[in-house]
Amino acid sequence: MNCSRSEIMVTTAAKELNDGETVFVGIGKPTLASNLAKSTHAPDLNLVYEAGILGSPIPKGGTPITIADPKQVSGSAGIFPIFEFFSRYLQGGRIDVGFLGGAQVDRWGNINSTAIGDYNDPTVRLPGSGGACDIANNAGRIIIVVPHEQRRFPEEVDYVTSPGHIDADHDRDDLGLQGGGPSAVITDKAVMRFDDGGEMYVESLLPDTTREEVQEATGWEIPFASDLNVTSRPNEDELEILRTDLDPKRVYIDVPEE
Amino acid sequence: MTVADMETAISNTLSDGQTVYIAGFTHAIPFAAGHEIIRQGFSDLTLVRMTPDLIYDQMVASGCASKVVFSFAFRGLRRDIKEGDVEFEEYSHFGLMGRLTAGAYNLPFMPLRTFTGSDIPNYTDAIRTVESPYEEEEIHVVPPLNPDVTILHAHRADENGTAQMWGILGDIVDAAHAADTVIVTTEEIVSEEVVRSDPNRTVIPGSEVEYVVEEPFGAQPSYVQGLYDRDRTLYRSWDEIASTREGVMDWLDEWVYGVDNRREYLEKLDTGRFMDLHPETNYATPVDMGEYR
Repeated sequence: MNCSRSEIMVTTAAKELNDGETVFVGIGKPTLASNLAKSTHAPDLNLVYEAGILGSPIPKGGTPITIADPKQVSGSAGIFPIFEFFSRYLQGGRIDVGFLGGAQVDRWGNINSTAIGDYNDPTVRLPGSGGACDIANNAGRIIIVVPHEQRRFPEEVDYVTSPGHIDADHDRDDLGLQGGGPSAVITDKAVMRFDDGGEMYVESLLPDTTREEVQEATGWEIPFASDLNVTSRPNEDELEILRTDLDPKRVYIDVPEE
Repeated sequence: MTVADMETAISNTLSDGQTVYIAGFTHAIPFAAGHEIIRQGFSDLTLVRMTPDLIYDQMVASGCASKVVFSFAFRGLRRDIKEGDVEFEEYSHFGLMGRLTAGAYNLPFMPLRTFTGSDIPNYTDAIRTVESPYEEEEIHVVPPLNPDVTILHAHRADENGTAQMWGILGDIVDAAHAADTVIVTTEEIVSEEVVRSDPNRTVIPGSEVEYVVEEPFGAQPSYVQGLYDRDRTLYRSWDEIASTREGVMDWLDEWVYGVDNRREYLEKLDTGRFMDLHPETNYATPVDMGEYR
């Protein structure tokens, strides 16, 4: 069955989630991935949203466009004020996995969602942290979902909004960070992991993608796994749920013409 | 506590140069109050919000603010920051919320497990570190933030100002308790009996509230859980509208300066679009609080 790269990104992200885990869901592809996982292999996945919503249901009529939508609230298991929610759940170490995106991701998985160029005189001003820095500090592990372009993958980000595995000389333990940091980077070209030293490497290439294309779109010489393979395609069941139930309006995925 | 109309509540409460917090994390943002502040032409306000949203894009463009304190900027504020049009100070969500909670709890600072390994503290002086007196550990702290005025929009409130909400509570409870003065705008003023029938829903008691304003649809174009949905048409088109200051000013000319109050704003909204925002009914099961003698 034909599928698009955006669909592979979503289904690959969904496979990162295990049944019974608590996931701090971001908006966009992470929402689709989390709901897809809950609809398939992880029915007991606990979806929590930064607005303080716990045990959010799979939304009817398509995925919401914000992290604080009334659809996520009706039928949820609980709602807390934000300080209580961040304190008890994120800082309290109860979040197994968080999703993050950003305008830049570097060699060590540090993320910039604040400013391109000089902070005080930026060439592009971005939204800023929101909950991202808090999630990056505290979640058990982080899944990064971003498009793969050279400007988005510099060797070093212009500004660290959300810490990953820090740099060549420091790791998260040195800084006393409680969460485990990035475990996967999923793009429209490849799936990356991090080695024991915290450096990013390519684990698999999306179908019809070459090493050269990935290297070309990455701002440093990125290592490839010795057993480099091809990212799995979604099965028909996953595509059906994704296209029919979760993103019928094609807000976050595109579908190839038959 | 006084029941008042919006114009009176805003003009009797705000002054130029104050720090103002318009509460509501995406849910129940008091747009009607924000628009009245714009119409009354205040200046030099410091506006604080976790997600400045459309409302602060609009207020900053109108010229009433000299500084914005935030944790997640929308399109207009990003442009204003890039162009150097407004002073700003930024946090993460947990960091800014921690400031409000420290303010509400009357603490000298709030320790938070965040900002480690991030550049945010390098550019926001108020974020500092302290040594734990118990363990060999350093932790980030943020100072209390006590707005001069916090405005919130509740589902219902009684004439004493006791306000009740359901759905996302977000920043509302601590932002209100941190403030010197609280204005409650509400969909409906109800009897004290209704409020006292379900005290768990209270977000702030009337003893802490200066003014209560009945303003149906006062949070439109944001949403109020169970009553009306977010106006996605406007939110989706906002990035384009707010890409220039002129775009925002044109919008304000039509929807804020072009009307005298919220009633006129509502009359301007297309009826069909308005009806589309109405969700189907889905009542919670009533709880039995018990009658004790």
